[in-house]
Amino acid sequence: MKQWKNFTKGFIKDNPVYILLLGLCPALGVTTSAFNGLGMGLATTFVLLGSNTVVSIIKNLIPNKVRIPSFIVVIASFVTIVQLTMEAYMPDLFESLGLFIPLIVVNCLVMGRAEAFASKNNIGSSIVDAMGMGLGFTLALTMLGGVREILGAYSIFGIQLIPGVTDGMLVFVLAPGAFIGMGYLIILFNYLKKKTA
Amino acid sequence: MEYFAIIIGAIFVNNIVLAQFLGICPYIGVSAKVSTSVGMSGAVLFVMTLATIVTFLIYNYVLEPFNITYLQTISYILVISSLVQMVEIILKKVSPELYQALGIFLPLITTNCAIMGVALLTIQNEFTLLQGVVFAISHAAGFALAIILFAGIREHMELMDLPKAMRGAPAALVVAGILALAFMGFAGLV
Amino acid sequence: MAKKESTFLNMVLSLFLVTAAASFTLATVYNLTAEPIAQAREAKRQFAISQVVPEFDRLESKMFLPPDGGDSLEFNFAYLNNELVGIAVNTWTNRGYSGRITAMVGFYPDGRISDVVHLQHKETPGLGDKIDKSKSDWSDQFKDIDPETTTLKVRKDNGDIDAITAATITARAYCDAIQRAYDTFADHVLSQTKQEEGLEL
Repeated sequence: MKQWKNFTKGFIKDNPVYILLLGLCPALGVTTSAFNGLGMGLATTFVLLGSNTVVSIIKNLIPNKVRIPSFIVVIASFVTIVQLTMEAYMPDLFESLGLFIPLIVVNCLVMGRAEAFASKNNIGSSIVDAMGMGLGFTLALTMLGGVREILGAYSIFGIQLIPGVTDGMLVFVLAPGAFIGMGYLIILFNYLKKKTA
Repeated sequence: MEYFAIIIGAIFVNNIVLAQFLGICPYIGVSAKVSTSVGMSGAVLFVMTLATIVTFLIYNYVLEPFNITYLQTISYILVISSLVQMVEIILKKVSPELYQALGIFLPLITTNCAIMGVALLTIQNEFTLLQGVVFAISHAAGFALAIILFAGIREHMELMDLPKAMRGAPAALVVAGILALAFMGFAGLV
Repeated sequence: MAKKESTFLNMVLSLFLVTAAASFTLATVYNLTAEPIAQAREAKRQFAISQVVPEFDRLESKMFLPPDGGDSLEFNFAYLNNELVGIAVNTWTNRGYSGRITAMVGFYPDGRISDVVHLQHKETPGLGDKIDKSKSDWSDQFKDIDPETTTLKVRKDNGDIDAITAATITARAYCDAIQRAYDTFADHVLSQTKQEEGLEL
């Protein structure tokens, strides 16, 4: 039960993007479509999972003062692994996510979970925490991507909703739509949080 | 002419915050007052320029010759975080006034993806060192422009009677969206 | 939980071990993925070439400098049964709305354009990205035209190419990229084949 709560907290109650306002750069930058949002979310989840696991294993071996630099090295290694693997096996997605893949390393969410959770808890809980937070992040990005794709291109995951119509309200695919869409999704999540609490 | 294109492009057309979505965290986080956003801009200008120079040298004289460019991400983040630490220590000793002004913003900068982003873009665009420096300074200027404008608007918004649900982050994001819309007018300038 | 005490020795040692482990892991992953990455890139290039030239069984690549200077262009000569069937030119322009656009332009040996596909662009989604074949059939108008007789400019600039609605700059840039490919092609390849034909006559 406790683990289940630990797992689901990232979905709504502590949603990393809409409630904690972490990782806003990739959330705004790559979500021009639902698919890109999903890809970025899963890439971040993988890094989070790897770093949380390793950090909770080595937490007792690392002297306190060099804790942060060690965590940074661990996170950066996982980011590079994702970067190389994606370039090899998903070159199209790699291209559309571009700069934001190496920038996972400065995503406050990843560092935040390593420092605030994994360095204080055992491996099991750290993995559950990473899964929950990662999926919450993925959910957030896919939703924002979905909203922008539906309004901006009248399609979802590349499937046209209105046959023959390809041009939607373009502003939602462009930069302003990202900010405005996120603003309204924050309102929605604040409402949901109040409802479920 | 080339430098002119880099400067205008970085400040207006591809504004780092409003068009490239880098450095959103400080943009939303420390933009409640004009004075703090000026301080943050100063710190960004300082660190961004230094970080671009150092990472440029590391990439071209260490990573590239030894064919270990896959260590780019890991070495950049280490260099940037130690650079920030070092700047903090030196500033404390050399210029206490400057430290007073920028000090509290420096630790926040390590996780500012704008710094890392500009360092990576400098390599991606195959700039020379001088071009890279101009690129970094102009991006910092673009950041300053965006955040100071935004803080000015937010100070006025404090006095407005907004619906309760809109207060705070949602309203800030919608305003940022409208600013981004305004900046789109610069597109195609170069 | 007891935090480990920080002494100079154990700090240096643990940081060294962490970075060593990280570099070792990354080197391994890099070696494992180096080949798939190269393959993915090559597959992408081959695919782009096969889209713009007729069927071929052999490729030969050469680099040529464009007459206006700048980066040299990669020419891919496509042969079927040892007969030249088409040339795919990897070309570029820096005049895009959001910077550089790269494209693959296919020519028939007689100088007509067979087809054009974009390789990379950062144009505005929904507007400038209509140069992408999967988004719009705009770029089909380049098929079968001879740049000798057709002016590769948008109609606004007294050319023969239909612009993209609300993205004239992108259309102009695309024309510029194709023109660069053609100029280089005319300079280095067409002039030679014409000379050879002249000799045969």
